[in-house]
Amino acid sequence: MVVDNLMQWFESWTLWEAGSPLLFLIVVVIAGVPIFLLMAVNALVAVYAELKISAFMQDRVGPMGQGPGLHAGKWGLLQTVADALKLLLKEDIIPTLADRKLFIIAPFIIFVTPFIALAALPFNQDLLIADLNIGVFYILAVGSIGVIGIIMAGWSSNNKWSLYGAMRSAAQIISYEIPVALSIVSVIMLTGTLSMQGIISYQNGTTLGILPNWILFNNPFSFIAFFIFFISGVAEVNRTPFDIPEAESELVAGFHTEYSGMRWAFFFLSEYANMLIISGVAAVAFLGGWHSPIPGFMESSGWSLFWFISKVGVLIFIMMWFRWTFPRLRVDQLMNICWKVLLPLALLNIFGVGIWTLLIG
Amino acid sequence: MGIVHGDEMVLNIGPQHPSTHGVLRLKVLTDGEIVSKITPYIGYLHRCFEKHCENLTYEQVIPFTDRCDYISSMNNNFGYVVTVEELMDIHVSKKVEYIRVIMAELNRIASHLLALGTFGMDVGAFTPFLYMFRDRESILDLFEMTCGARLLYNYMWIGGLSHDLPVGFVEKTYEFLDYFEPKIKENDDLLMYNKIFIERTADVGVLPPEVAVSYGVTGPNLRGSGVQWDLRKDEQYSIYDRFDFEIPVGTGQMGTVGDCWDRYWVRTQEMKESIGIVRQALKQLPTEGDVQELVPKKIRPPKGSIYKRTESPRGDLGFYIISDGKPIPVRVKLRSPAFTALSALSAIAEGWMISDVIAILGSLDIVLGEIDR
Amino acid sequence: MIHEQVLKCLRKKFPGSIVETEEMPADFIPIYQKNWAEIAAFLRDDPDLRFDSLQCITGVDLGEEGMDVRYNFHSMTHLHKIEIRISVDSENPKIPSIEQIWRVGDWFEREVYDMYGIIFDGHRDLRRILLPDDWEGWPLRKDYETQETFHGIVVPKVKEEWE
Repeated sequence: MVVDNLMQWFESWTLWEAGSPLLFLIVVVIAGVPIFLLMAVNALVAVYAELKISAFMQDRVGPMGQGPGLHAGKWGLLQTVADALKLLLKEDIIPTLADRKLFIIAPFIIFVTPFIALAALPFNQDLLIADLNIGVFYILAVGSIGVIGIIMAGWSSNNKWSLYGAMRSAAQIISYEIPVALSIVSVIMLTGTLSMQGIISYQNGTTLGILPNWILFNNPFSFIAFFIFFISGVAEVNRTPFDIPEAESELVAGFHTEYSGMRWAFFFLSEYANMLIISGVAAVAFLGGWHSPIPGFMESSGWSLFWFISKVGVLIFIMMWFRWTFPRLRVDQLMNICWKVLLPLALLNIFGVGIWTLLIG
Repeated sequence: MGIVHGDEMVLNIGPQHPSTHGVLRLKVLTDGEIVSKITPYIGYLHRCFEKHCENLTYEQVIPFTDRCDYISSMNNNFGYVVTVEELMDIHVSKKVEYIRVIMAELNRIASHLLALGTFGMDVGAFTPFLYMFRDRESILDLFEMTCGARLLYNYMWIGGLSHDLPVGFVEKTYEFLDYFEPKIKENDDLLMYNKIFIERTADVGVLPPEVAVSYGVTGPNLRGSGVQWDLRKDEQYSIYDRFDFEIPVGTGQMGTVGDCWDRYWVRTQEMKESIGIVRQALKQLPTEGDVQELVPKKIRPPKGSIYKRTESPRGDLGFYIISDGKPIPVRVKLRSPAFTALSALSAIAEGWMISDVIAILGSLDIVLGEIDR
Repeated sequence: MIHEQVLKCLRKKFPGSIVETEEMPADFIPIYQKNWAEIAAFLRDDPDLRFDSLQCITGVDLGEEGMDVRYNFHSMTHLHKIEIRISVDSENPKIPSIEQIWRVGDWFEREVYDMYGIIFDGHRDLRRILLPDDWEGWPLRKDYETQETFHGIVVPKVKEEWE
């Protein structure tokens, strides 16, 4: 939407002819800026939230400050800003025996994945960089590119620990994409469209009288599909209990052990951006996207933005809650859960949704 | 190490590593994720304790024993002091005995809290670690109230103690025990009965009882394998015969007898038993008497040698002391329980995955200060 | 008691293995190291003795009286204990190893070797355990002098000027 709007706006007051590819290129580059800003702000807020949430769950206070000054700001609000400054100013260390080219490219590939996926995430009726008619499919497909970056990072570090982390991560992400995709298939069976705005507009109105017509409440199988999607999504993002690639107590820091400074910041940014994307897709596909939970009430475009952000925020909070509660699974147990539990469940789910819709819905 | 075969990888865990409980190096030969051989390398924390003892008087050795197993210093002091007193045939007053038992059991609780917290952290659960440390702080506050130190106390002297119990200690201890008892259940529900934790630790790292006895594994590790052996009951020292407590023994509740979960469970139960012992001791505590009345002016044990062992939170801590009548010992040897537990690591952990090796190492509860001395 | 019982068994089964003096010591049994490995196996396997737990191996340097290796055994089945002392020649210290009988002996014997230089015959992997592999000297001996340098670092011998 934003891209279309920008194109039209440019064409209206300049002499570019309609549909010029050069204009398209320029508009796309301009449209990339808010995505980057979004990723940066998301990291800022999410890191601060993680620090404070983990602190309160662990019976401590986290970063605190007493007010204006050179330290962490009142209640530690400037903590992430300080972190970002520190990372920018850190020395760039590349191990001598590391494969330089791959070492340098890897963070960029990992960064690119959430960056381009965010283009298709609708925050509002209008705030959407590109309204693709294959929206959900695009996001899931693009999510696989990150694996290449992870393997590159692990291999090029010339460090056995990084290699372990990279191999584990690759296996994990590739395996868990299947339950993710299959649970989205149940949603698509109901909505009949892959477009993100289309899925959201399907969830308009109410069901069973008072409940909003979210796919979550549509039928019991899609209820289960939400949980399959969310759990597999947590595994996709490499968060505890599935954070074996980064397992801090075992592998020091897994595939990003040898990275420091701004390069490491890229990994960090992309992890939180991935969390945002998985939560965003879950909110769109199952929780009604930017629709209000009280149908017909508070539905203007400002409120829609608020509803979307709060749904995403709740899901991210739940991901953080998981991290600080559960121990982590061992690699083979993780794979077990994917292939022997979630995958059959997702397949059965598809049948269930289909039969339910056929007979009842 | 020999010849490394084609597909195997040599992986070095440590000496600097987030979960080796100190400076320990494990050279691990792996085939993919499965470990085929583990060789521990120790000695990074060797501070020549036994050589120092040959130049120190008997009472000067006590602060050095603190620093061996720095997590449970009271129990180290206890073991040394009880050994020298038996060599010199000193019988301390009942008040001193009661206070010693209270301190040793409180330190047992503190040590187990640390062991369980770090074990949880190794397995990936970050929150129980902080909860257990918060509770451990209360115990360290009690110790600080008594002798001024939080970790290394130099509290138990030969023939007595360094400080008497301060005013208010008994009330604060009762307060702490009442506060802490429900916390054990909270931690259990959070970590021990968590399905993921059970998957990670049940059936993992099984230590059969015969292997345990042959490798000299003692303490909660041995009790986790089903062997009912506790020096406080079976080779009584001090006044432990006056207290009524059980010895928890692993029963394979969630998996096989002797797996990591059993060792975790035994430690949790031992904390409960220690709470019971401290309560009984506080009730029976004599209030009259000077804690330093029987401390001899000059400590010159008669010629001879003695080997005595006491129950530290890690197992049996043995002291072999040889004296020839002078104020300086001829030989002090500290038989460390974590030393033997670590020697059994290669027998338990071979054939498992790397994540399991970390979990098994955490369940054995080793402290490198004691291993290396 | 167990002390006399062990003396009797050893005198019967391994004659000449005990160091006979007029007054036998009451709390330990001195043994010659000649067939120590067989005696150790007997101590573990005999059903009346059944010393299944080796508690501690201590090495001692007694100066002019030579070096000793002292073993403390305990039986988990019969709940009795015994101490065995074996004298070792100072010039060429050797003693049979018992690490295959009690697996805990593996690391204990390595530690005695590390500190005293006593060679344990039959030990499958006798190397230093607490000190680096290329350390020179046997630290707990009474005549031990620290080496001058270790990998180029000067080993300090006096404590002044450390600040």
